[in-house]
Amino acid sequence: MTGRRAFLRLLFCFAPLCLALVFLTLTSGAAFSQSGGELRFCLRSEPKTFDPLLVDDDSSLSIRYLTGGVLLRVNRHTQDLEPELAESWKVSDDGKQITFKLRRGITFSDGSPFSSEDVAFTIQRLMDPALHSSTGDAFRSSSGAVSTKIIAPDQISITFPAPLAGLERLFDQVAIMSAHSPKKEAAVLGPFMVAEYKAGSSVLLRRNPNYWKKDSQGRRLPYLDSIRLDIQSNRDVEMLRFKRGELDLINVIDSDYFDRLAATSPQLAHDAGPSLDSDFMWFNQVASAPIPEYKRAWFRSTNFRRAISQAINREDLSRVVFNGHAQPAVGPVSPANKFWFNNKLKAEPYRPAAALQRLQADGFHLQNGALFDKGGNPVEFSIVTNAGSKPRERMAVMVQEDLGKLGIKVNVVTLDFPSLIERISQKFNYEAAMLGFRNVDLDPNGQMNIWLSSAEDHAWNPQQKSPETAWEAEIDRLMRAQASTADPKKRKESFDRVQEIAAEQAPFIYLVNQNALSAISSAVQGANPGILSPQTFWNAERLTLNSTTRASR
Amino acid sequence: MNAARKLACVVVLAVCAVSLAANWLAPAGYARQFREAPSAPPSHQHLLGTDEVGRDRFARILYGTRISLLLAPAAAFVSTVLAALVGGLAGYVGGIWLRLARGFTDLFLSLPWLFLLITVRALLPLNVSPLVSVLITFLILGLLGWAASARVLSTSADALRNSDFVLQARASGLHGPRLFFVHVLPNLKPVLYAQFWISIPVFILAEANLGILGLGVAEPLPSWGSLLRELEGLISFREEPWRLVPLLLLIVVMTSFQLLLSNEEVTA
Repeated sequence: MTGRRAFLRLLFCFAPLCLALVFLTLTSGAAFSQSGGELRFCLRSEPKTFDPLLVDDDSSLSIRYLTGGVLLRVNRHTQDLEPELAESWKVSDDGKQITFKLRRGITFSDGSPFSSEDVAFTIQRLMDPALHSSTGDAFRSSSGAVSTKIIAPDQISITFPAPLAGLERLFDQVAIMSAHSPKKEAAVLGPFMVAEYKAGSSVLLRRNPNYWKKDSQGRRLPYLDSIRLDIQSNRDVEMLRFKRGELDLINVIDSDYFDRLAATSPQLAHDAGPSLDSDFMWFNQVASAPIPEYKRAWFRSTNFRRAISQAINREDLSRVVFNGHAQPAVGPVSPANKFWFNNKLKAEPYRPAAALQRLQADGFHLQNGALFDKGGNPVEFSIVTNAGSKPRERMAVMVQEDLGKLGIKVNVVTLDFPSLIERISQKFNYEAAMLGFRNVDLDPNGQMNIWLSSAEDHAWNPQQKSPETAWEAEIDRLMRAQASTADPKKRKESFDRVQEIAAEQAPFIYLVNQNALSAISSAVQGANPGILSPQTFWNAERLTLNSTTRASR
Repeated sequence: MNAARKLACVVVLAVCAVSLAANWLAPAGYARQFREAPSAPPSHQHLLGTDEVGRDRFARILYGTRISLLLAPAAAFVSTVLAALVGGLAGYVGGIWLRLARGFTDLFLSLPWLFLLITVRALLPLNVSPLVSVLITFLILGLLGWAASARVLSTSADALRNSDFVLQARASGLHGPRLFFVHVLPNLKPVLYAQFWISIPVFILAEANLGILGLGVAEPLPSWGSLLRELEGLISFREEPWRLVPLLLLIVVMTSFQLLLSNEEVTA
């Protein structure tokens, strides 16, 4: 009896301690106990390159994100810049130089040590004109060489010939390469490394055993053993495989698929809200374009463009075409871009009566339900868009009906993509076009090639020798002003004004910002889908798989 | 006429009649968008539901059938006439003209027709009404689709040229166009009919292929191609079986066209 009482007393004393130990084991070790396993998802096309400095396509971008180590990383959730291989950084007052203090004791996946020499090598290679790197193009603010100075093995400064606004954020795209490793681009600093590539079939990434990052418990990341990227362009097949549990996530899915998935498994469908992507249309304002003079006069009229903008029901476009998984677009910056979006602006509301008034102010008049200009010409134009994009074709059909209510006859023409690009960028043989902008860059410098009147991508009237309108001259001035200062406040003021002018002049008629839709299996833990690419696996190093899935692979 | 041919004839006529009555059977029209009910299931108001932008699917099938069934035979007629001119005449004349025509036909057959269609379609003027665009699309199909028929016709005409009755007609003093129109062409009729009937489903499918690529008939005009395009992304047929109606209609009509051919035409 005494012994039993003593045992109970002992148990009573130690029970809280035992419970605490059990609790700690279960919680702190949760991630660790689930480490290992193979995450599987699809690339929509063959990766064009494994060289991180030559990446230019989505598939290669995904591989670079998972394998490449960068000095600084834009947090895909907070949109803040965070230190990675660089412990700290400093941009000079004139915006021409950036100095990095690097982390010590880091090695590449093949064991070769990481130092400022590797950073210098990467930058020199990146800026080599012979390489034709699109990542490098973002750093070319003006002519002149970019120089690097190794201050110490863990310190380096990079000097540019001209100030580069938003300079530090550009380093999110620069995966550091080894200067000395014989494995060249196969030696990486990211959480995973390419272990196997079967052309047309799959890419296998394995955990980088030398990855430097550790979790809060001091355990080495990543948790996963490997990632298998199956090359699969057919979205139907991708969705079927996801439903069968063969895939763990779909980074971007269409609204149709999303709704079907949400109807049966709502916990797997994730809508992260408006993305940075926008769809828009514009009118051809090129002076030499082979279109009738009276039509050019319509397209160059601000009232005409604004009227068209007011006559389009964006709410309907978002609701019908994207099943509500899109928002009426405001302008060149999506509301998802927290810092650069001009909060004073609102999406153009659907006001057909106001649109008609604007047109009448320009001499247009209705006659038997059809709209005519002051010269008696019926208002009719074509909208070209790329064949194969169902959402865009549906939007064009809805715009056709909306404008039909104003007596405007719209002909929707779908063309194969090369023909479309030839018409809108070389021959200028079109009247209006509808396309989308896949924006991966938060910074307005990423839109310089669109807004400068001399730029090739200034779609409505490209490559102007000098700005043909006062408002384009003002946009040129503001875009250059924001690009030449490092002061974020001044930059924001300039770019806010650019957005206002874009809304007033409507050279682009922005339609919708699509939501970032993705699908993530319940087997995946730790996922936090965002709006910035890569939406679902931006924190791949911290993703884990449940025990059932790990056991089955 | 056997039972199968009779049935096929009835089916084709019935489909044509119903499509011609589209104005009465589907008064809402093919373009009106019921935006409050996109992708709706069948209901009293919309017998086959609505498409992605809320257009009545039943109306679109009727109007699309009208377009595909009226214009595909027109395109088939154009291509058969061209085939008769190129293949029939070359076969009748023979010699170097026959070799030249066959070489030209082989060259034409070796062209990747889908890419050719896409290229020709892209070169067309943009600002044409949907009705004109559909006429152009089928005209292009007709103008580009003659080669296979011409190959068959040239062989048949070549055989006729050396036949006993043509030799006898020649010996009797007949020659030139009179010989061709009185003795050769009537004997080519079974082949011409066969080529005509075979071409119709080929052109319907060609337009459907263009439509699936988004390069067919311009919106908002429907055609079987644009209707079949709706099947893209359909994962489970059980969820929305009514979306299969255009496909079933295409299969039924194509089968009927094949059954319409007589034994003689099939042999030809």
